[in-house]
Amino acid sequence: MPGYSDPGFDTLALHAGAAPDPTTGARAVPIHLSTSFVFESSEHAAALFNLERAGHVYSRISNPTNAVLEQRVSALEGGIGAISTASGQAALHLTIATLMGAGSHIVASTALYGGSQNLLHYTMRRFGIDTTFVRPGDIDGWRDAVRSNTKLFFGETVGNPGLDVLDIATVSDIAHEAGVPLLVDSTLTTPWLLKPLEHGADLVYHSATKFLSGHGTVIAGIVVDGGSFDWAASNARTGKFGELAEPYEGFHNMVFTDESTIGAFLLRARREGLRDFGACLSPHSAWLVLQGIETLSLRMARHMDNTAKVVEFLAGHSFVGRVGHPLLESHPSHALAQKLLPRGAGSVFSFDLLGSREQGKAFVDALQVFSHLANVGDCRSLVIHPASTTHFRMSDEALAAGGISQGTIRLSIGLEDPADLLEDLKRALRAAEKAGA
Amino acid sequence: MELNVHGSKTFCYTGGKPFDPAKPTAIFIHGVLNDHSVWILQTRSLAHHGWNVLAPDLPGHGRSAGDPPTSVEAASAFVLALMDAAGVDKAALVGHSFGALIALETAGQAAQRVSQLVLVGVAFPMKVSPILLEASQNDPEKAIAMVNTFSHSTLAPPPSALGPGTWLYGGTRALMRRVLASNPRVNVFYTGFKACDSYAGGAAAMPKVTAPTLFILGLQDQMTPPRAAQSLVKAAQRGTVAMVPGGHQMMLEAPDAVLAALRGFLQP
Repeated sequence: MPGYSDPGFDTLALHAGAAPDPTTGARAVPIHLSTSFVFESSEHAAALFNLERAGHVYSRISNPTNAVLEQRVSALEGGIGAISTASGQAALHLTIATLMGAGSHIVASTALYGGSQNLLHYTMRRFGIDTTFVRPGDIDGWRDAVRSNTKLFFGETVGNPGLDVLDIATVSDIAHEAGVPLLVDSTLTTPWLLKPLEHGADLVYHSATKFLSGHGTVIAGIVVDGGSFDWAASNARTGKFGELAEPYEGFHNMVFTDESTIGAFLLRARREGLRDFGACLSPHSAWLVLQGIETLSLRMARHMDNTAKVVEFLAGHSFVGRVGHPLLESHPSHALAQKLLPRGAGSVFSFDLLGSREQGKAFVDALQVFSHLANVGDCRSLVIHPASTTHFRMSDEALAAGGISQGTIRLSIGLEDPADLLEDLKRALRAAEKAGA
Repeated sequence: MELNVHGSKTFCYTGGKPFDPAKPTAIFIHGVLNDHSVWILQTRSLAHHGWNVLAPDLPGHGRSAGDPPTSVEAASAFVLALMDAAGVDKAALVGHSFGALIALETAGQAAQRVSQLVLVGVAFPMKVSPILLEASQNDPEKAIAMVNTFSHSTLAPPPSALGPGTWLYGGTRALMRRVLASNPRVNVFYTGFKACDSYAGGAAAMPKVTAPTLFILGLQDQMTPPRAAQSLVKAAQRGTVAMVPGGHQMMLEAPDAVLAALRGFLQP
């Protein structure tokens, strides 16, 4: 019988890319822990290397378990394909390194994960790639930052940790006017809350370490190509994407945009980026992410329910100042979030205690259900103090530009009973108040 | 490479190898709202194993200029003009769906210029449902979704074009959107479907074809189910049939099976 017709999100989360194993009948996705895959013949081997046939050669380039993950996330995001990577940072680096080299320029949001900001502000500059940072809501700023060598726009769906919502449609229009694609980090929202490709983004990546895997057990990343950006046309107009639209000596002078009208980025990213940089994902890690994705919609719904309760509680507490969640009308992105993120704007957010730095420490130390650690998107609730941990490399000016103060507390709301979360927060807030007495 | 056909620039993918007039030539003709890239794996393979490959974007599609053909007959005239422009007297024709009708009509009109004929995902008549035809004209995004649903047979294909990690539903949708947007003057979705729907020459063309003919039919093809090709199969002078496990976009969904059928049939 013909297969599924127009499958929905939850069906895709369980079935995209995977069928019962034809050899063993295994229903769950097998973990293919094999570095290499046997060729049928010498001709088959040559054909695989020359992209005449599709298949697996070596797990740094592709792997059957990873391929299921790549198809599944592509399906959920509405993309044409994906490349799984060793981490979210590896996905970001792979994207940048595929599209540009020394002498290039990126326009990026100021509201980025600290590691991404570090990569762009310090590390990529060492390799000759410069970045101009723009506040995500400063639309004129995005336009004004474009240079003749700009190759990429980059932002987060909801900026970490202030939850500034990126106006994807508007920013992507500006990017496209400049002849460059928009890359979006969708880690904190996942496709269950927002599909950036549907709003004009061209490339999406995740730290799959977070909500996609969802259990705090694995480091993983993935970049999805929407197949929407016309690299050949842009290169003809601007000369910016010779890496994709002109012969590549590193692969028999292949012109990737001739090979694939829509998938040139994926071809080069896999054939060059994974091959040469090598930041591939372990198949075991890919399997753990797949396990998480199977329950993504169930978990995200609970994350959103719990977050709404915690936000309401904190917003009404006398010892709490700003609560930085778009659920609140006071948040600068409230209206945009209502439009782009009707199911919720994520469960990672920050708030400011009305107390000293010492009281902030007392608050963190008094929590019992919330775990004090450097991660988000776990099924368990988490807490951290960004200025001294995830964002410690950033200057005060850069912190302020990202909406972070010395007293900011970041929460990642998990799946526990909401009453227990509220009780834990009440106790810690009392302890913080006493610490200031 | 680019050729001038009927006074218009025509983009032809050559399988990653330069065009060589000394080799036998195979011309790959895409279907409605597709372009040359749907043949990526089969064309690369043939180009690296003794064949010249020409996989054009049809006029007014993708990277080719000119007016999109409004009938199968007009598209057939384009194929013959393309052969003239390339200096190819005789070629194997491989067509998919709308492209299969174009290849069939060409082989019927100019049998002496066709060495072999391969019809992939073909049906005759190739009637398009009124709902789909209307949607292609007035709500192309809805029609793209319908075609996408009908064109694939599985959520879990084996490694497919473009290789591992490719999501074919998304790929087909993105390609159809891209080709539709490539022509701001003419809706090539509707034009192509209308040409398929109104083509009446298949029954007359098939018996005129003298070249060996291979039908590659998808076991799970809902757009052009194998039974819809049977009148052509019966009318073919020298026809053989290869059934492959896939839906209508079988060259993407089951690239190895389609390639094996092609390689077994196409001998220079």
